[in-house]
Amino acid sequence: MNKFIRAFTFGIFALVPMLTLAASSGVHLDKAGNDLSDKESLKRGFESYINYCLGCHQLQYQRYNRTFEDLGISEADGIANYMYTGDKVGDHITNTMPAKDAAKWFGNTPPDLTLMARLKPGPDYIYTYLRSFYVDPERPFGVNNTVLKNAGMPHVLQGLQGVRTMDENGKLSEATGGSMTVEEYDAFARDLANFLEYTGEPSKLKREAMGYWVIGFLFIFLIFAYLLKVEYWKDVH
Amino acid sequence: MLANLMAWIDKRLPLTDAVNKHAGQYPAPKNFNFWYVFGVLASVVLVNQLLTGVWLTMSYEPSGEGAFASVEYIMRDVDYGWLLRYMHSTGASAFFVVVYMHMFRGMMYGSYQKPRELLWIFGMLIFLVLMAEAFMGYLLPWGNMSYWGAQVIISLFGAIPIIGDDLTLWIRGDYVISGATLNRFFALHVIAMPLVLVVLVFLHILALHEVGSNNPEGTDIKKPKGSVPLEEHSKFTFHEQYTKKYDIVDAIPFHPYYTVKDLVAIVIFLIIFSWVMFFNPEGGGYFMEAPNFEPANGLKTPEHIAPVWYFGPFYTILRVIPDKLLGAVGMFSAIIVLFLLPWFDRGTVKSIKFRCTAHTVNLAQFVICFIALGILGTLPSTPVYNLIGTIATFGYFGFFLALWVYSKNEKTKPVPERVSG
Amino acid sequence: MSNAPVNNGRRRFLTAATSVVGGVGVVGLAVPFIGSWNPSARAKAAGAPVEVNVSKIEPGQLIRAEWRGKPVYVIRRTEEILSTLAAHDDQLKDPGSEEPQQPTYATNAYRSIKPEFMVALGVCTHLGCAPTHHQGDFEEFVEGVKDGFFCPCHGSKFDMAGRVFQSVPAPTNLVVPEHSFPTADTLLIGVSAGEA
Repeated sequence: MNKFIRAFTFGIFALVPMLTLAASSGVHLDKAGNDLSDKESLKRGFESYINYCLGCHQLQYQRYNRTFEDLGISEADGIANYMYTGDKVGDHITNTMPAKDAAKWFGNTPPDLTLMARLKPGPDYIYTYLRSFYVDPERPFGVNNTVLKNAGMPHVLQGLQGVRTMDENGKLSEATGGSMTVEEYDAFARDLANFLEYTGEPSKLKREAMGYWVIGFLFIFLIFAYLLKVEYWKDVH
Repeated sequence: MLANLMAWIDKRLPLTDAVNKHAGQYPAPKNFNFWYVFGVLASVVLVNQLLTGVWLTMSYEPSGEGAFASVEYIMRDVDYGWLLRYMHSTGASAFFVVVYMHMFRGMMYGSYQKPRELLWIFGMLIFLVLMAEAFMGYLLPWGNMSYWGAQVIISLFGAIPIIGDDLTLWIRGDYVISGATLNRFFALHVIAMPLVLVVLVFLHILALHEVGSNNPEGTDIKKPKGSVPLEEHSKFTFHEQYTKKYDIVDAIPFHPYYTVKDLVAIVIFLIIFSWVMFFNPEGGGYFMEAPNFEPANGLKTPEHIAPVWYFGPFYTILRVIPDKLLGAVGMFSAIIVLFLLPWFDRGTVKSIKFRCTAHTVNLAQFVICFIALGILGTLPSTPVYNLIGTIATFGYFGFFLALWVYSKNEKTKPVPERVSG
Repeated sequence: MSNAPVNNGRRRFLTAATSVVGGVGVVGLAVPFIGSWNPSARAKAAGAPVEVNVSKIEPGQLIRAEWRGKPVYVIRRTEEILSTLAAHDDQLKDPGSEEPQQPTYATNAYRSIKPEFMVALGVCTHLGCAPTHHQGDFEEFVEGVKDGFFCPCHGSKFDMAGRVFQSVPAPTNLVVPEHSFPTADTLLIGVSAGEA
């Protein structure tokens, strides 16, 4: 009967993962393949963000000085080259676009992007989204997006990426007419996605680094606790 | 010096006596197995929740305007704030993991049976308060899933005839979920519920120590006084409260034997806990749901509203019953039948090891149904899922009904007088 | 009960070792709880150095800046004020600024970097009230001294270098905060020269 209990116990643990094999539906996302520890990529993403995104999308929970520090930008360099809004380095990265007017212009207030990488399925979503605009004359800004259908956002990066069109089978063409090659634009999108993964959780790298230490410590503790248990249980028969 | 101090205290408060009674000289069956660590683990999680909760309160702002931003403030601006927050959010899920395991243990070994009915009732009350505590806590980050989750659950009360609508209005304190709702949930979550919880845990342990711990065999380690030859008594010293009425066999003192054993379990648990917290704090979207990373928006429902996983079983029961009132009744009944488990079970043999095969099958199907209901609760509603959910709901309630039927004249195996091995 | 003899030494060693490792764990666990009480990034941002344009201050005028929630008095002292400062040294508690109420670079006769600009916290060293600036009518408090500060709460008196007079409740001179002049016209309160 003991054997049965054991089988039963194992069975329950095996059952959970088996039953959780629920198919995750939704659009296909390309892998961004970004690297949070690549500070140069983060810096490029930050710079692109300031130049192309910040006009409409705030990072209202993220501070300039924290970003400088985490990305390895000196304060003087940061103030000179990255800070076009806010007066103090401790300020949040915000813009001055009035929310009400923005809602009128775009139908919706452009969302804050600080946490977008956590709200949507990670940097892959942002990476794919930025590369999936295509010409759609029925939309107010003349473009649509395969990742976010009927997105209310104009393709502000069209000058860089160029134009993609969709054929009858729903496949997108290669981009043409942009100032960047496809590879350059992909790298550009990857850096932006990387930067937004960073803003989603600025302490992520620190968290994981700390995790190794804590778990390492616990394993050492486990050795002692286990030996102690064995020692005392010699009494029990 | 220390001895003098202890003597001074003991004259005024029975401290040493209490410690002996509940730890150093508490007789615990020597055959506790893996399933017996979850009670201790639940207390560890409780302490974690209390401590990190108090610390989070120091930086959290309970208002509709400030709540979401204050959570991000904790995650970014407060030193180690992210760690405290993840400890708390991971702890919430861990709490239910260990409590569900603990309850399953009780069901498997009949720990709810006479004379442990009240112990089981206290445990169920803890479970109930824990669900309320978790539900209210989930509103506090004021994300969009917080908001709509609360909206759905509070609306349940609207199913009550006549007073339903007024009741939901009263619970919310507003025409929609608002800062007023958030504020009262905050007060209940950080003060009222934890107080009740701690008192109930105290009573749970007190009741346990009064009737004594059950064990995987379900045999009694307290034999009538004088019925056991002296050389077969347990060789350890136990508190006279236990020895004056009984002959104690097959028992060991809780401390140091189970404290050192539990310590090993705690460390293993902490390793798993840390692994989740440091490397996957969102728990794959089950511990922290993605839509909660945008602020509450009363005009925009998330595409797919799912309760946090630990409410899944009860939520599915609600959902598969195609009537608002009956659905709510079904959901609450699912909890009420658990309360009444000691009376559904008319058997006298406790452990699954010595009960009839039907019981094993019944419990197994119950566990499968419970897990299935839980998984379905986090999935969108489709006809197929609803069908599975309906079957699982029948399985859930069927467990209790079947138990009531077969336990009356159950064919059981002989229960050994003494703990084996 | 065991028939094998209990190895008490091993048992004691393992208990001690486990306790020590567990103790280290508890200390480690305390770190986030203690650390989270430090000023947050928000508090630090709010307490960041404050910039003041001093070119617009008229001679003799006092302006108030706010730094870390406290009033900071910035006074442009006239030649006359500066030249009469030493005259009442004998009436002061600490004329030579022996007490560390100012950074070393302001430990001089004028208690300032540039003699012209006095920078001091407008917080009385007695119980924290804000002393009032009396321009030209300070003689009603101290005979022969034209300008100074009088604390309305308990009557403490300070001169134009923030030095406290004798026989008043305030024990020490007004605090001169860290400050610097990155350019001739800008005063930066909260940070010394050379630190950023």
